[in-house]
Amino acid sequence: MNVVETSGLGKRYGSAWALRECSLTIPAGHVVALVGPNGAGKTTLLNLVVGLAAPSAGIVTVLDGQLAGSPAALDGIAFVAQDMPLYKNLSAADMVHMTRNLNRRFDDSYAKARLAEVGIALERKAGKMSGGQQAQLALTLALARRPNLLVLDEPMAMLDPLARHDFMASVMAAVAEDGVSVILSSHVLTELERVADYLVLVSHGSIQAAGAVEDLLAGHRLLTGPASEIDTLAGRLNIVHAQRGEAQAHVLVRTDARTDSVPPGWEAHPVTLEELSLAYLREPGAAWLPGPARSRAAHSMEMAN
Amino acid sequence: MPWRRMAWVTWRQHRFALAGIVAVFGAAATYLMVTGLPMRAAYAAVAGCSPSSSDICRQAATEFLSNYAPGVGYTLGLLQAFPALVGAFAGAPLLAREFETGTFRYAWTQGFGRTRWTLGKLAPLAFMVTVVAIAFSGVVSWYLQPIVDAGDNNGPLYPTVFDLTGIALAAWTLTAFAIGLLAGTLVRRVVPAMFAALALWAGLAFVTGAFLRPHYQAPVVTTNPNIPIGAWVINQGWFKDGNPASLDTINRILTPVDVRAITPDLFQPGPSTPANLGDPVQYLIQHGLMLLTTYQPADRFWTFQWIESGWLLALSLVLFVVTVWLVRRRAA
Repeated sequence: MNVVETSGLGKRYGSAWALRECSLTIPAGHVVALVGPNGAGKTTLLNLVVGLAAPSAGIVTVLDGQLAGSPAALDGIAFVAQDMPLYKNLSAADMVHMTRNLNRRFDDSYAKARLAEVGIALERKAGKMSGGQQAQLALTLALARRPNLLVLDEPMAMLDPLARHDFMASVMAAVAEDGVSVILSSHVLTELERVADYLVLVSHGSIQAAGAVEDLLAGHRLLTGPASEIDTLAGRLNIVHAQRGEAQAHVLVRTDARTDSVPPGWEAHPVTLEELSLAYLREPGAAWLPGPARSRAAHSMEMAN
Repeated sequence: MPWRRMAWVTWRQHRFALAGIVAVFGAAATYLMVTGLPMRAAYAAVAGCSPSSSDICRQAATEFLSNYAPGVGYTLGLLQAFPALVGAFAGAPLLAREFETGTFRYAWTQGFGRTRWTLGKLAPLAFMVTVVAIAFSGVVSWYLQPIVDAGDNNGPLYPTVFDLTGIALAAWTLTAFAIGLLAGTLVRRVVPAMFAALALWAGLAFVTGAFLRPHYQAPVVTTNPNIPIGAWVINQGWFKDGNPASLDTINRILTPVDVRAITPDLFQPGPSTPANLGDPVQYLIQHGLMLLTTYQPADRFWTFQWIESGWLLALSLVLFVVTVWLVRRRAA
């Protein structure tokens, strides 16, 4: 099952494209980190997935072919928007009651038990809660809907480090208990590095890399060697990004059977997720997309060249 | 998901706005009843006067009107704003607050769906403000009854009377609510949306009273200076040989009898005015002037009420449909 599938997806605000030619497949059962700089199109992509925005081009389906925003899609996806919007004048109990009333599925006892667990009094108004409590309340409301897919847009942005830790622990506990698929967005990869097993890298309104973290890590390696030899290396290896120092250069390359041998004078290291994503973000022309999406991206790159 | 559960959501979120509307209309209704009772008591004496065509009875009616009509006029003036208040305080914030605080991102991603969520808020609130307005216009009609019965010049079609009585108040309240709702959806900020709703309502009310309502049916045009009681005079003027007569022309004709026209319908007799002159209007007519009056008779009240309420209801429905359409297509 795929939780998200997009094909040629684009979203235009006025004359500016916030997202363009986005073809992506996210299989179920992952914790997906949607990472990219501010303004890259992360929120736009999430709004399209949860049905808040309608595509200007292409299509987006969720939960095995349901049109995003359709009743079945709304039923199965719980979304926590940026800044955790809650009705400030309603108590936690009222927010629970409201969310129960607005959904076919809602686990009332789970919601109340979870609120007790994180120390939120039911009669407390949402507007009087700390940022961490608001985030926990929003997350509780989302999880109590027993969604197939949980979408969190910049969930950590307004939380202090302790609240971030608690929040992520809650998300991961839900993943362990229910096996819910999760998509989290952030402009800081390190927030998600420990929890995500799938990475979607967005920049300048298009998808630059998407794939399971272990595939991505296995598919790349970092070579360190003399800076003067980079040009000869370029002919032989599939270089994503080269960082030249005075004497030494660090080069991120894709690994495949043809290039598996390390050139003499060079040293190979396994790459970290952060190094990998930074390398891609510094090279807007590079893309790593699995499946049919790759050929399309390669095609558009050829067109660009 | 039954609508009953959505009704809880609407009630929980908007009960204070509804309570506020009921409180304001209730306070105004109480005021009308408290001041209306002594007015009715005073009118009972006038109504009991017999024979009603006698000078003393006419005198009593005139005195009653001069005592009470000005106060009633001010009250009606203040009440004009009531539909606008509903539009600004119940209509405009309904969706604008969701946009302003970002909570539409919560509400529209729940399983109930944004279209049904919008309808679940809009329909009951529109219904309730309409019911409150209908009840209130009943009180206004009761309050005005003695003034109308006493034969006040401002009959049932007079602008500040017409839109507070019958079913027009309910129609205007519903329209103001719909205007506020759409303004909130377009402006997406509570306070600017409230002002936009007030401005749009005021513009529509003015255009309706000044340009549309006089033409719901072809007005009656007459040269008879005796206009039926309660008629809504749209305009009235003196004509000579088919052309409008200026104040100078009128005064030139009145010079021999030493009467001065201050306005075309207000005359000031002088020291040498003959005692047997009678009504200067008749004198002017006898001396070649024609008084042309365009008016709507009072008995067209209900026809006009249905026409106005009908198109206001249609307009409200259009505004609601546009609002729902905007909610459906709106990108986040």
